[in-house]
Amino acid sequence: MIDPIFLLEAAVNGIMLGGVLALLALGLNLIFGVLDVVWIAYVDLVMVSMYAVYFTVMVYGWPLWLGGLAGVALGVVLGLLVHVLIITPILDSPPVNQLLATGGLLFFIQSFATFLWTTDHRSVRIALPPLEIAGIFVSYARLISFVLSIAVMIGLYLFLTRTYIGTAMRAVSQDRGAMALMGANPQRVYLVTSAVGGAMAGVAAVLLSIQYSVHPYFGAAFGPITFMICVLGGLGNMVGAFVASFIMSEIIAIGGVVWSTEMGYVIAFALFIVMMFVRPGGIFARRQ
Amino acid sequence: MLELRNVTAGYGAFTALWDVTLAVERGEAVAVVGPNGAGKTTLLRVISGVIAPRGGDFVFEDAPLGGRPAHEIVAHGIAHVPEGRRLFPALTVTENLKMGAFLRSARKDFRDSLERVYALFPVLAERHRQRAGSLSGGEQQMLAVGRALMSRPRLILFDEPSMGLAPVMVLRLFDLIRRVREEGYTILIVEQNVRQVLKLVDRAYLLEVGRVKMHGRAAELSEQDFVRKAYVGL
Repeated sequence: MIDPIFLLEAAVNGIMLGGVLALLALGLNLIFGVLDVVWIAYVDLVMVSMYAVYFTVMVYGWPLWLGGLAGVALGVVLGLLVHVLIITPILDSPPVNQLLATGGLLFFIQSFATFLWTTDHRSVRIALPPLEIAGIFVSYARLISFVLSIAVMIGLYLFLTRTYIGTAMRAVSQDRGAMALMGANPQRVYLVTSAVGGAMAGVAAVLLSIQYSVHPYFGAAFGPITFMICVLGGLGNMVGAFVASFIMSEIIAIGGVVWSTEMGYVIAFALFIVMMFVRPGGIFARRQ
Repeated sequence: MLELRNVTAGYGAFTALWDVTLAVERGEAVAVVGPNGAGKTTLLRVISGVIAPRGGDFVFEDAPLGGRPAHEIVAHGIAHVPEGRRLFPALTVTENLKMGAFLRSARKDFRDSLERVYALFPVLAERHRQRAGSLSGGEQQMLAVGRALMSRPRLILFDEPSMGLAPVMVLRLFDLIRRVREEGYTILIVEQNVRQVLKLVDRAYLLEVGRVKMHGRAAELSEQDFVRKAYVGL
């Protein structure tokens, strides 16, 4: 029998992990909702931004906050580049072509990163002692990541509900054509969406940098789970993705202490497959 | 105010409008009527910039607007209440109206415009926090009209506003458009409900297979034997 304190600790760690996963899932979901295109290479952009944090902080000796800002800025630039160079020309193409194009980008980024930086694992892990709260050990880095990701998500929520352009992004996700009749240039809405999605990738990169080492195949570790969360929550459904992030992170964390981390992933993916039969539109899908 | 001269437009190899010449004077209400497939919606799409004309001139308040994209046309003062309303169903009533005021020039007057729309359609004020998708058909139509007013337009285009409404709602809808008219807006309306729309407007154009077949004062048109037999159903 497992000591309940370990389960509680796993549950707390699961919540911490869920925060960063939610950030990734919301970024990907936002782009999908507005542009109707799935950026298969989304987490690979995160990987590139993680290298930016690593190089600025560890090689050039920038303070962590400045390196973090550089990571976010690179995320924005990458988001804009992907939109202008890859998405814009294929915006009206069949979905399978869009998947192939962004999937091709994934392999391009992975291979190019391997060429530039080799497969070495590089780490900016900050040496902070774990916190002990009521007998539970929580990693300081994870706690910081969690708090910041929640703060960024609150910021995203306010942006999407309080500003004209943010509300327009939600409007476009409901009716692509009608926003132009309101005087919004669709291209501009798409650009802002890609920049915000890129910024979310950049923030996630910074928060992941202080917990994990980066390597060219980092996207393979976090990409599939991010897609799974988006689909489970219902593609384009922001609240669904948020909730699904915590469901998945809890399964992985608790499965990790009961069996092993690998088994946690096995259970999470098995649940995903079952859910696809039971509720193919996601957990929050309304039954027709 | 609005002038179309010999406008031709279509989709791919198909031409939906041939040589259409039409004018709307400031303060007027003008209808374009005609059977299904006559090119009425295409005509409005050209004016609101959803599609570009193939030929001819399109001038609004001395500005040549032919082929300009939709978001620029709105900025020139033409609002479009599209066919099927095209509300944002998951946004609230207020958010839908806010999107109507998306133009930079309209944002500074947002509060004032909002009050005017709520005064015109009090039921929208009562439901301001409700999602647009949860409104009744009639309320949704009011919201679609209110949203168009939010951009502070000088000309409003209505595309088949009575489509899909129950007969009793159709009468209320025409009352609603009449109220908008009394506010001083210039109106161009495309309708299949010829009998009702001819009571509302000053002048009308009859479109058939993409060409203007007849035009004149609404009262005179509704007296024409041809129109009475074909469209008014008397």
